[in-house]
Amino acid sequence: MNYETTIGLEVHVQLKTKTKMFCGCVNQYGGAPNAQVCPVCLGMPGVLPAPNEQAVRMTALTGLMLDCKISPHCKFDRKNYFYADMPKNYQISQYDKPLCLEGGVELMKECYPKDAQKDVSASKTVRLTRIHLEEDVGKSFHFEDSTGVDFNRAGTPLMEIVTEPDIGSPEEAFAFLSTLRNILLYGNVSDADMEKGQMRCDCNISVRPVGQKEYGTKIEIKNMNSISGVRRALAYEIQRQQTALAKGEKMRQETRRWDDATGTTFVMRTKEMAHDYRYFPEPDLMPIDTTVWLDEVRKGVPELPSVRKKRLMQERGLTEYNAGVIVADLELGHYFEAAASQSKDANGIANLIVNDLLRDLGAAAKSVTESPIKPADLAALVELTDAGKINSKQAKEVFAEMFQTGKKPMAIVEEKGMSQVSDSGAIEKFCEEVMGQNAKIVADVKGGNAKAIGALVGQVMKLSKGKANPAMVNEVLKQKLSV
Amino acid sequence: MSLHALTVAEAADGLRQKKFSSLELVQSLVDRMQKVDPRVKAFLSIDAEGALAEAKKKDASPPQGPLHGVPIALKDNLNATGQPCTCASQILKNFVSVYDATAVRKLREAGAVFLGRTNMDEFAMGSSTENSSFHPTHNPWDLERIPGGSSGGSAAAVAADECFAALGSDTGGSIRQPASVSGCVGLKPTYGRVSRFGLVAFASSLDQIGPITKNVRDAALLLNVLCGQDPMDTTSLPSPVPDFTQALKQDVRGMRLGLPKEYFVEGMDPEVEKLVRAAVAELEKQGAKIVEISLPHTEQAVATYYVIATAEASANLARFDGVRYGFRAENPHDLIDLYGKSRAQGFGTEVKRRIILGTYVLSSGYYDAYYLRAQKARTLIRRDFENAFKECDAIMTPTSPTVAFKIGEKTSSPLQMYLADIFTIAANLAGICGISLPCGFAQKMPVGLQILGPSLGEESILRVANAYEQATAWHKERPNL
Repeated sequence: MNYETTIGLEVHVQLKTKTKMFCGCVNQYGGAPNAQVCPVCLGMPGVLPAPNEQAVRMTALTGLMLDCKISPHCKFDRKNYFYADMPKNYQISQYDKPLCLEGGVELMKECYPKDAQKDVSASKTVRLTRIHLEEDVGKSFHFEDSTGVDFNRAGTPLMEIVTEPDIGSPEEAFAFLSTLRNILLYGNVSDADMEKGQMRCDCNISVRPVGQKEYGTKIEIKNMNSISGVRRALAYEIQRQQTALAKGEKMRQETRRWDDATGTTFVMRTKEMAHDYRYFPEPDLMPIDTTVWLDEVRKGVPELPSVRKKRLMQERGLTEYNAGVIVADLELGHYFEAAASQSKDANGIANLIVNDLLRDLGAAAKSVTESPIKPADLAALVELTDAGKINSKQAKEVFAEMFQTGKKPMAIVEEKGMSQVSDSGAIEKFCEEVMGQNAKIVADVKGGNAKAIGALVGQVMKLSKGKANPAMVNEVLKQKLSV
Repeated sequence: MSLHALTVAEAADGLRQKKFSSLELVQSLVDRMQKVDPRVKAFLSIDAEGALAEAKKKDASPPQGPLHGVPIALKDNLNATGQPCTCASQILKNFVSVYDATAVRKLREAGAVFLGRTNMDEFAMGSSTENSSFHPTHNPWDLERIPGGSSGGSAAAVAADECFAALGSDTGGSIRQPASVSGCVGLKPTYGRVSRFGLVAFASSLDQIGPITKNVRDAALLLNVLCGQDPMDTTSLPSPVPDFTQALKQDVRGMRLGLPKEYFVEGMDPEVEKLVRAAVAELEKQGAKIVEISLPHTEQAVATYYVIATAEASANLARFDGVRYGFRAENPHDLIDLYGKSRAQGFGTEVKRRIILGTYVLSSGYYDAYYLRAQKARTLIRRDFENAFKECDAIMTPTSPTVAFKIGEKTSSPLQMYLADIFTIAANLAGICGISLPCGFAQKMPVGLQILGPSLGEESILRVANAYEQATAWHKERPNL
């Protein structure tokens, strides 16, 4: 039997605000345990929350970037449950009046896993249900016979993005998260690094036989700590559920935990163990009127990856593929634009970035901001090639040297004495010398074997130690041999 | 006259005129506490050493604020750095505050000296101070009777001349009712007038901090210090704070005073009703116009209150879990057991009752029937007052239907106890202000007149209260201790 999969995601994103959501503590990753806390975020008796407007604005900005409706009025609610890492034993969240509603994310082809990109045909939009704002909890550390809690993270602003069940495969989930992450980086609202916990993703997944109308049993999986981890966990879970269904087993609504080391999921809790969160409106906070500043936030919406892609194709004449690859990384886009602004050959730069730079950066496990080659130097290299100062083979050599040493291309060309000879007098001398030494080939060419001229070009290049401009050599030889 | 019998205004004036020192004031109150508090038990802790040291400092420094060197007592649910803040609960038995409540900071900045922490019903849940997990407080007018609650310690301390004034908190009448039955003045400001930051929350949408004093002038003086918007409490109001003592200069001629027919009903002590009606007649004599009004949803107030207050309390008190501070039970099996044991052993019966009630009304499947309906009823109650204040400038009622009852008399019936607040609860639900002041004695016990004003109407109620107080001498009566 054939099965189809339905996936919906709940993505938690830590906002890059200066301070926490409801107090003045710094919002920073990696301080000494319990060094970034105050009575408010520790939930001491008598404290009250005071909302961080920057966080509310950032969430609204995210909503605008993702095509959401921004509620003119929204409110906070208390979500009640006991856990040691939650200081008040309730979390301030948003229940029935979230800040952003609806919206969607159009999956970028370049954001799919590399091995799956060839299978992507039509473009797809994953619809969003809502985005709301809440406070993060602390972190538990389990020791041999005790548990400690670090409250540095407690009270930091957290945005929850909830999708509709529009995702059909692990690869689409991967593409959604990559596309979303890219947009969040464009908006500078989060660093959205899953490995640092800045972006966390819970997946709701159900599998049903093709043709069945109602959805299969919903199973939630948690604890994936990378985008590829999400893909692997979903792939595992689909396989597990299909196998179970094929055996005639009935699925149970439950929450499962992904174990990255073994590549499997196991039961965390069943529906019967689910919490009753007893949501009610947070009486300590007034409703928020977003209309006061929404226009200001709207002005701050940045150029999004999809728009930038179109612009690079139109203004810079990039191929769709190159433009897609370049905008799929905010910093790579900046790198390209910095280089292209100093050159007439945007395509040459794009090719060099997409084919060579990304390959070498990948091999060196470096990000584009750590690139040893500065954008201006990359542009200079393209100029050298375009102007015929060096040939393409030499360009590759210079590029490799630049990546190794960070030196400027001109310096390398001079050091290696590889400046291409485009001086027609010098080239004529080389040609005459080679013609004199290869009478037989000269005769062949004159006798009508035009292809034999290639052999002469090769000889000239050899004689010039590769510095002669091959196009000019070709021209000069043709002239001299009158072909 | 002994120094301990002074009012806040007298103490502040005397200090300014150097008639006595702050040290002398504090010493006289410490002596008084030593003499009477073993019988009244108004305080949970007395910081004599700290207060005397602070008084010396105040004497040695130039006057900075209106309360420079004036001693004040604090209800034990207000955070003051370095002081205990037990909320009269075992779960916070050894807790020491790490920060100042905004109200406390304002008093400190005005120059006040803190004497100690007054007894209360545990987490402000009760009307008699019998729910204190440490000991009950005794009414200075009759030590066998309750002083009211939950700010019973504050009211008893003021009535017994153990302090000139004390702060209380009022969620459903917890300032006004103890002031009434202990013979003091108690004022609950409009919701949002005084920052709640640092007041250990019982019911966030109802709680307000206010003064308990010996007369109306003192209430106005303290209000001047306490009020004002606070960035730490986003529910605090941005409205400007007037000089409330200016309102005391005006008489009541031309004011319209409303008498809600729903507040004069069967079950009320006839002597109490008689005294309240006499007070109304006095104000009429002074030129106020008396109008009958209706607050049709009065009957729903108690039920509405016990749904909303307990719902909010169930979340507010969740933080007392034995993990970060306060009482932690020994030898738990696991985290859930740690919570269960710490809370079972740390909270008293009434607190547990209300947490369970609040948890229930918010539970899935019951939310609409209880919490949502209560919110709708609350809107109706608020509207009742808005309509009433179109016809009058202030509303006159009894504060409590009876005088103070005997200790132990109602502890077996929580419902009977809840009814002690029937006249005070609606003001919290509506968010309006109210004051209680002495208007006579029934069965030799003090009776309180309640004056309710519209939102931000503190000046109106102070004006009426002061006019009445000036014409009578009830507030000058002292218990024989």
